[in-house]
Amino acid sequence: MTALLAVEDLSLGFATEAGFASVLDRVSLSIERGQVLGLVGESGCGKTTLARAILGVLPRETARITGGRVHFRGTDLLTADPASVNQTIRGRAITFVPQDPFTSFNPVFTVGDQIMEILKWKSPRAGELPGRRWLPAVVARYPAERRQADVEAVLELLDAVQLPRPEQMLRKYPHELSGGQRQRLMIAMALLPGPDLVIADEPTTALDVTIQAQILGLIRRLATERNVAVLLTTHDLGAAYEICDAVNVMYAGQDVESAPVDRFFAAPAHPYTTKLLASLPDASGTASGIPGEVPGLITPPGGCRFHPRCERADGPCREVRPPVDQLGAGHWVRCYHPHRDAP
Amino acid sequence: MTQAILSLGDLQVHFAVRGPFNRRIGSIKAVDGVSFDLMPGEVFGLVGESGCGKSTLGKAIMGIHKPTAGEIRFEGQRIDALAPSARRAVRRSLQYAYQDPGASLDPRWKIGASLHEPLVIHTDLDQAAREKRIRSILEAVGLPDTHLDLYPHEISGGQQRRVGLARILTLHPKVVILDEPTSGLDVSVQATVLSLFRGLRETFDLTYVLISHDLAVIRTMCSRVAVMYLGRIVESGPTEAIFDRPRHPYTRSLVAAIPKIGGVRVTRDFWLQGEPPDPGNLPSGCRFRTRCPKAADLCAREEPALSPLAPGSVACHFPD
Repeated sequence: MTALLAVEDLSLGFATEAGFASVLDRVSLSIERGQVLGLVGESGCGKTTLARAILGVLPRETARITGGRVHFRGTDLLTADPASVNQTIRGRAITFVPQDPFTSFNPVFTVGDQIMEILKWKSPRAGELPGRRWLPAVVARYPAERRQADVEAVLELLDAVQLPRPEQMLRKYPHELSGGQRQRLMIAMALLPGPDLVIADEPTTALDVTIQAQILGLIRRLATERNVAVLLTTHDLGAAYEICDAVNVMYAGQDVESAPVDRFFAAPAHPYTTKLLASLPDASGTASGIPGEVPGLITPPGGCRFHPRCERADGPCREVRPPVDQLGAGHWVRCYHPHRDAP
Repeated sequence: MTQAILSLGDLQVHFAVRGPFNRRIGSIKAVDGVSFDLMPGEVFGLVGESGCGKSTLGKAIMGIHKPTAGEIRFEGQRIDALAPSARRAVRRSLQYAYQDPGASLDPRWKIGASLHEPLVIHTDLDQAAREKRIRSILEAVGLPDTHLDLYPHEISGGQQRRVGLARILTLHPKVVILDEPTSGLDVSVQATVLSLFRGLRETFDLTYVLISHDLAVIRTMCSRVAVMYLGRIVESGPTEAIFDRPRHPYTRSLVAAIPKIGGVRVTRDFWLQGEPPDPGNLPSGCRFRTRCPKAADLCAREEPALSPLAPGSVACHFPD
């Protein structure tokens, strides 16, 4: 079975005043249909940049892709014609759930207007739009019969994300809704175009723990029911444990380990992963942090970028980035000295 | 029995909701009848979801919000209605660590200047003595001296948090209110910051009130916990009792909602539905009844009082 999305050796960076910051360094990952993949890492590790690179929404002036491929259903999104990617993939086959439901809505339009605006262009019932339009987009036609079908689809989906009284909900302004309700709407909006892949960028960070449990459950259920793949970026290992099928760990722009969820938590192999798991607070109060700081990305450490904070590091770690080491089915690590038989 | 260092008696903080012509059209009961005693040396946790009034409570203790009713006693003395000059002396021994340390440091001041400021305000020390004191505190929070000449934007979030803490500790306070001390930190940094809090408590003989929405943090740090929901304490007691045997349905749902790695996945069958009601328009009777699976007629009629139920107390008509 070929993967729905395969990122291969993607490297990219940003031009900054201080120099070129290498934010992703030969990162690979793959997702299959219906799979929930967790992309875990601390702030600044490049997980959001990777998500945006897949979606193709990196800032055009500063971001520079220096190598690698992003294969989605067989096409390389980086080299494909941007107009056709925009028509058929971005916002249709791949959609996005943003981190902050508070700033992602336009405060001066009702949520119904904003949802219908998406569907005018990205509805699965809309045919191919003409590539070149003479009239501005705002006066484009929205056929009444399609609008009617879209409204019905919206109401059905709002019901599926457990929002009470969907018709009234559509007439509300964003400030009238709570954070949890807005995030449910965001999930509904991401699912409306009938995507194959949803990229959820820290969807529960801004929410309370009881709401987080509800939203995570919702994402898992909808992904399974609709056979949609979800790329969930998160810094919360607990959230990853809850709903992911597999977990990828990133550190300072490099992918360090990938494993099916049970193996990931039972037998972590990379020293960074084990330390990250040991940092979680527990009842005994013995959680230990990781000494040192995440390195700057303008002049990152050579080889494995974790080596300055790793007690297992030796000569080769500083020189050459470790190759992929297969430890078992779906479990690989990029480390010269992995924990081979961790508990 | 030792005397409580800080005690709250039926504290209320209400905010007016004003309509046209500044007419009062309602009020938000951010804190509505909260009482507790803080013993010297303990770590007391206040936990609840956003909007439950836990930060308002912390700020009311500091005198930032004026209580609508009730009393606050610090070492036996009423401090809620003190004159500003008398208040200043109390403020030295009662300190508040803000949620966002980056925002509470002046971006145009070097770290050194920010650390001098509290000593200039509260003490008569000269420049050299102040410098000596801040250097020793800086060492205690695990930062190098060279940081004194940096600006806040040049250091990381974890380090800013340490500076914020150093700034408070220079005055040798007795009680420190930590408002969401780990929000916005990564887990690896969070663990080091938490162990720093533990170490400083030993060194400086501190009493903490730890305000957080993160139950895992509360569980590792606190000896006693109070759970707040919409301005009221719904349950309080020793940490182990709250986490192992929660009595209030809300506490039960909160504890159940923490993801447990290696345990049962809570998202499979999480039973708490809905979201907290609008604090400006509270339901009658028990505030939790709109989401409570056990709610009965009695809950709509009568608001349950916080009553002792060993080993803690709970405000519920039908506790587990």
